[in-house]
Amino acid sequence: MENFAALIAASINSGTPLLIAALGLLINERAGVLNLGAEGMMLVAAITGFAVAHQTHMPWLGFVAGAVAGMLMATLFAWLALVLVTNQVATGLALSIFGAGLSAFIGQSFVGQSLPAGPHGIPFLSDIPFLGKALFDQHMAVYFGLLLCGGIIWFLYRSRAGLVLRAVGESPESAHALGYPVRKIRYLALLFSGACCGIAGAYLSVVYTPMWVEGLVAGRGWIALALTTFATWRPARVLLGALLFGSVTILQFHFQAIGIALPSEILSMLPYLATIIVLVLISRNPDWIRLNMPASLGKPFRPGSA
Amino acid sequence: MLKLELRAASSRSMAYLSPVLALLLTIFFGALLFMALGKNPWTGLQVFLIEPIRNKAAIAELLLKTTPLVLCALGLSVCYRANVWNIGAEGQLIAGGLAAGSTILFFDTGTPGLSGGMVLLLATCAGVVGGSLWASITALLRDRFNANEILVSLMLTYIAQLLLMYAVNGPLKDPHGMNFPQSKVFSSDYLLPHLFSGSRLHIGFIVMLVASGLMAVFVYRSFAGYRLTVGGLAPLAARYAGFSSRRALWTSLLISGGFAGMAGAFEVAGPIGQVLPSISPGYGFAAIIVAFIGRLNPIGTIFGGLVLSLFYLGGEMAQSRLGLPSAITGLFQGMLLFLLLACDTLINYRLRWQK
Repeated sequence: MENFAALIAASINSGTPLLIAALGLLINERAGVLNLGAEGMMLVAAITGFAVAHQTHMPWLGFVAGAVAGMLMATLFAWLALVLVTNQVATGLALSIFGAGLSAFIGQSFVGQSLPAGPHGIPFLSDIPFLGKALFDQHMAVYFGLLLCGGIIWFLYRSRAGLVLRAVGESPESAHALGYPVRKIRYLALLFSGACCGIAGAYLSVVYTPMWVEGLVAGRGWIALALTTFATWRPARVLLGALLFGSVTILQFHFQAIGIALPSEILSMLPYLATIIVLVLISRNPDWIRLNMPASLGKPFRPGSA
Repeated sequence: MLKLELRAASSRSMAYLSPVLALLLTIFFGALLFMALGKNPWTGLQVFLIEPIRNKAAIAELLLKTTPLVLCALGLSVCYRANVWNIGAEGQLIAGGLAAGSTILFFDTGTPGLSGGMVLLLATCAGVVGGSLWASITALLRDRFNANEILVSLMLTYIAQLLLMYAVNGPLKDPHGMNFPQSKVFSSDYLLPHLFSGSRLHIGFIVMLVASGLMAVFVYRSFAGYRLTVGGLAPLAARYAGFSSRRALWTSLLISGGFAGMAGAFEVAGPIGQVLPSISPGYGFAAIIVAFIGRLNPIGTIFGGLVLSLFYLGGEMAQSRLGLPSAITGLFQGMLLFLLLACDTLINYRLRWQK
């Protein structure tokens, strides 16, 4: 029972960065922008957050720094994709390649350094047997992720601003004709997404690992991108997917614990294999994707060009 | 204020000028970067861009690194022409290298068997097949299940890297290697022959040049290449003409995987000479930039390959001469791609001063 609680806790822990990043990406995709640079934003945020937390001994400042780093990276993307109307796929790739280079460059002097584990858990609630250990003994960012999910559900489906955001993603021409500033809305969506990816990156380097190695994010940015498709662009399903992937990630440790003799390298493939399998299952029916995908996703829009 | 104005027709000359402009801007921003790092920008640029080509031996090293970059980029160019976003060349390279390395280790037992040349030929074929098979997973999942090829090919890269780690920790591990995760060093018979004595530049470089020529013929002079290009530029037109998009998907991915696998085989049987836990410093990703710099033109990729190869050597130089992290290479790579994309805007738009 105690083990099972630990398993749930570990799944939530490893699902959290995916949840926060994928929720951010969901917002810019709902606004019609495809940003494949999630991995790059997370990497740069992870090293920035780590460096700041390491130098100042203030982990929360690491989160702030990570969010700012993510927003700066998103601004770079926005300038190219929105102002210069570049191909979004290529620009996102460029952001990922640049982020990998920049994070390795900044991080070279931090390789192998680690941070002390910070405080965990909600007082009192974490003392409840079973539930306390499974649900309430987590870092604050975990609860932030849940609040974020709820907030985004409200924003998208219950607020006027959310309706405008979705309109921009479905038909930027109509939104533009109605007088909404399409590019500004898309830029704000990208900034939000950059901040989320930044917080997720900082979570990885400051709380989850907590140390720095090159390529620390290890494909989680790409998995988060896959999650938005998996969730058919719905926040509640992102939460479900993140928990699922979180548990797949930690499954490898439990395989070892219960004595399934597979080499560790093979077990480490699980999250990537799971991503492929999930993509296959969800994309099998093209109509299902087409019905749910924001109609202008990945298509550049330049006001006055239509 | 500067405004972008749509050109009546896209500018052909700008399409060729843009990579040059991007390179010049990268050098400019590179100088700023060296300044920001407290180095003299002139010294920095000299160490990064001139030192790696100071003499014949250095140029041979430049051409050596150009080989895998161009091979991967040749295949990627075909993919991007067909609008197939394969970004998993790195994984296909690793799969090819692993297949080639296993082949050599199979024959390299110390007892007389096949001749070295024969084994190398087999190993290269194994590399091509290995890379193609790895890419065919992406093609199959895209074709059959409509799974996004960007994500699948990238996930497969992580899996290929883990497979390589497993191989050097398990089946391919050198039994007399003091438990290091690596295979034994191949006997000299089973290494690619060098072009000149005293340099590591091997016969793969010539193969790469021939391959570029052949691919230029394929892309510009063959019907299959034409069908691919039409499919990428105008999917609807291709459909009305009866050009199969499935066929384009499979052709481009198999070609791409094959070339990347060949690059892996040449790395393992060439400069590395054994199977190591890491057989590529990101050539497969850098090749994406090579393909774009080369304008998706097989001959152009050679120029792109030289530039990116120079960046790799420049990073090593910056580390040894200036004490900067060699990861500066990645920074230059990213800058170049960003600036190229920005400059490419000028192909379809012109800048206008507007009050």
